[in-house]
Amino acid sequence: MAALETFYDVIRRQGISRRSFLKFCSLAAASMGLPPAMAGRIAHAMETKPRIPVLWVHGLECTCCSESFIRSAHPLAKDVILSMISLDYDPVIMAAAGDQAEAALEDTIQRYKGNYILAVEGNPPLNEDGMFCIVGGKPFTEQLKHAAKDAMAVISWGSCASWGCVQAAHPNPTQATPVHKVITDKPVIKVPGCPPIAEVMTGVVTYMLTFGRLPELDRQGRPKMFYSQRIHDKCYRRPHFDAGQFVEEWDDEGARKGYCLYKMGCKGPTTYNACSTTRWNEGVSFPIQSGHGCIGCSEDGFWDKGSFYERLTDIKQFGIEANADKIGMTAAGVAGAAIATHAALSAVKRARAGKGENQ
Amino acid sequence: MSITTPNGFNLDNSGRRVVVDPVTRIEGHLRIEVNVDEDNVIRNAVSTGTIWRGLELILRGRDPRDAWAFVQRICGVCTGTHALTSVRAVEDALGIDIPENANSIRNIMQLCLYVHDHIVHFYHLHALDWVDVVSALNADPRATSALAQSISSWPLSSPGYFRDLQTRLRKFVESGQLGPFKNGYWGHPAYKLPPEANLMAVAHYLEALDFQKDLVKIHAVYGGKNPHPNWLVGGVPCAINLDGTGAVGAVNMERLNLVSSIIDRTIAFTEQVYLPDLIAIGGFYKDWLHGGGLSSKNLLSYGDIPDRANDYSPANLMLPRGAIIDGKLTEIQDVDLTDPEQVQEFVGHSWYKYADESKGLHPWEGVTEPHYQLGPKAVGTKTDIKAVDEGAKYSWLKAPRWRGHAMEVGPLARYVIGYAQGNPEFKEPVDKLLRALDLPLEALFSTLGRTAARGLECEWAAQKMRYFQDKLIANLKAGDLHTANVGKWEPSTWARDVKGVGFTEAPRGALGHWIHIQNTKIANYQCVVPTTWNGSPRDLQGNIGAFEASLLDTPMHDPQQPLEILRTIHSFDPCLACSTHVMSPDGETTIVTVR
Repeated sequence: MAALETFYDVIRRQGISRRSFLKFCSLAAASMGLPPAMAGRIAHAMETKPRIPVLWVHGLECTCCSESFIRSAHPLAKDVILSMISLDYDPVIMAAAGDQAEAALEDTIQRYKGNYILAVEGNPPLNEDGMFCIVGGKPFTEQLKHAAKDAMAVISWGSCASWGCVQAAHPNPTQATPVHKVITDKPVIKVPGCPPIAEVMTGVVTYMLTFGRLPELDRQGRPKMFYSQRIHDKCYRRPHFDAGQFVEEWDDEGARKGYCLYKMGCKGPTTYNACSTTRWNEGVSFPIQSGHGCIGCSEDGFWDKGSFYERLTDIKQFGIEANADKIGMTAAGVAGAAIATHAALSAVKRARAGKGENQ
Repeated sequence: MSITTPNGFNLDNSGRRVVVDPVTRIEGHLRIEVNVDEDNVIRNAVSTGTIWRGLELILRGRDPRDAWAFVQRICGVCTGTHALTSVRAVEDALGIDIPENANSIRNIMQLCLYVHDHIVHFYHLHALDWVDVVSALNADPRATSALAQSISSWPLSSPGYFRDLQTRLRKFVESGQLGPFKNGYWGHPAYKLPPEANLMAVAHYLEALDFQKDLVKIHAVYGGKNPHPNWLVGGVPCAINLDGTGAVGAVNMERLNLVSSIIDRTIAFTEQVYLPDLIAIGGFYKDWLHGGGLSSKNLLSYGDIPDRANDYSPANLMLPRGAIIDGKLTEIQDVDLTDPEQVQEFVGHSWYKYADESKGLHPWEGVTEPHYQLGPKAVGTKTDIKAVDEGAKYSWLKAPRWRGHAMEVGPLARYVIGYAQGNPEFKEPVDKLLRALDLPLEALFSTLGRTAARGLECEWAAQKMRYFQDKLIANLKAGDLHTANVGKWEPSTWARDVKGVGFTEAPRGALGHWIHIQNTKIANYQCVVPTTWNGSPRDLQGNIGAFEASLLDTPMHDPQQPLEILRTIHSFDPCLACSTHVMSPDGETTIVTVR
């Protein structure tokens, strides 16, 4: 039944007022640089056109974002695809290929001008005239720009589209470039992570369908609802950090007791993501819970910030914490400055004994 | 012009050229061009890898313990297999042994990937080559139920179940928004299933989509997340604590039970859904035995799934190792990845440059220089290719060769080698399947054979997950809780200059990583991946690769509707992001010579 509902039906069913709906249409028009009068046409299109079309294009990437998306448990990927959106172009799963696939893309661009979402997985390489990533005989960059031109909004899936990710790591041989540096005239929603959590991906899409607006974004363009807190802020092992109880080497007693992985290089204290709360694979686990530190995969340039096993030394963010964190701050601050020396260990011991100084 | 290649295929590029770009329902970017004769039979085939990311160059100068995370991002579909290959390469170079528990857990994760990858491939990437979704609307739900119940005891099979599904499908189609099914080849005469079989297959397409998300929870337990779980040089990162303080935060009884329950469901799904579907669908296509290509000639497998930890000799590997040349099934040749004469890569028709392109280079001697250039007979421009010139350079894939031969890798290669070795684990299921379909052994060498081998292997892998989970628990019972060897964790303990090789069988075929560590950093890193073998362009002798060979002599109903091409290319489960090789920034020449 949901399949026959229009976009307008869906958002009204969610309790969104017509006024809010029209406001959304005005914003959509503005985002495309269209005159306000166009908002009415967009509203008309959304009232009469059913499920919102999504075009999902692929640049330089590894397809982990698509794989993550289909792991979504709530909503199920099949319900998103059959009942919520109309996934009109996605080379990974679409039946058509070659000319028929390209025609499907073109058809949606023409018929749903300004009313479709462009989802980008991966990024365009700019070296070699873009020919490190070829689609239909042409540079992927061209397809990206073409599809973005009439899009209502752009979603940058994962760290490739958001930041550049692994192919943009030093020395970035292909000049892989994040989407927002190529598409500069559209709202770009960054959903970073390598990959992003499945339910975060479907959460962003369904938020837009349900509330008829873009989610609130932070200054870097990430939805605040999933990316405004560090892994460390909500980590279930945080009490061990605060108590100075650390894994000292793999598979030691601390590892078996689930102590803090900070000394094993965990990047949780500097990584903004929902892993420690939403968790992965229907809440089964997340990296720290399964014994490995966070590698910071949702952060810009995380590949070039030293080894994943080097402990963080840059932890000035801790300054914003409240008094309850004093012990943890001591441990982190001293350990960071001294990079794993006896000084750090003794500081931790002092902290454990409750004699820690905030210096 | 008509020629015969050194590896025995007839090519004729005089007919009409047909281009398929993008090839969809694969990982990454691939272009296929074929020439068809006046009867629309394919007489020439050209496979062009159209993506290149340069990961191996990015690895240089990095900490070898980090390499698994980088190379894991080569591919998010076969997630984990590159990471496993990488930690094995580093452990080989540094002489690190891993605990038995780590071996069992790694094998469970690798086998979980096999099952996941094969299920998603069969139902979500490959099925639409055989299944007409729109035809399912004409099915009788009661007849569909009868069909389903006649082939399997899977409980989701009532007439009401299929009727509800058909209703949902009908509303979806009638909405006019076909989404991923838009512009499909519905009604194409190459589709042979009756409506009821199509409806059953659509139901299982959706069930498999639901199930695959549960299956990978095994990766989440042991590796923290999926896609891209975590790995560790020297073992696995998850610690085991059965009943001590803090066990609730480690791998404990509840976690082991979760894995165990998923393994049981996996065995049920493969036995009661995947295999019966394969036989049912295969029965309608057993006259379509095109697509054999190289499979009846040259096959290669490195082997994988070590039974006991740290022994990578063929006798200890549960997946077979060996090479078959010229279809001589009675002569399985030994494979040595360190032998400079065996695995070599050529670039005569690849967008790279060697000083002497008549010679191939072993991965430890990898020399790579990019050279994007269209040949004189190419049609179009540098940034708008209408047709490539296969007489010149035409792909971002190199051409790997084993002792000079183009090879096919993947589940079919593994099964034929295992069969030829007389291993009952591979021979008996093959014979049983062939009997069920009333087909001779030669039928294996086809698109259908490739697809069938994958299904058989999925069931094998599900059973082997159970084997290793039981083995893990037996070892825990015996009091061994170790999961990591940290004796050589610190770089200060490493030799100054070492080389290593790690290998696995990725779901799509033989995968090798060659590493050179100097002064605790990566000096060189080379990957030779399954799709580079299968999707290989030609070499200067004119040998064609597995994709190209497989398409030859296939009749197309309508060249504008390339269903037959998709069907055969998909049977390899291509993964193009894997086809990465090194180059320099800004096109500047980098020569990487190691030794």
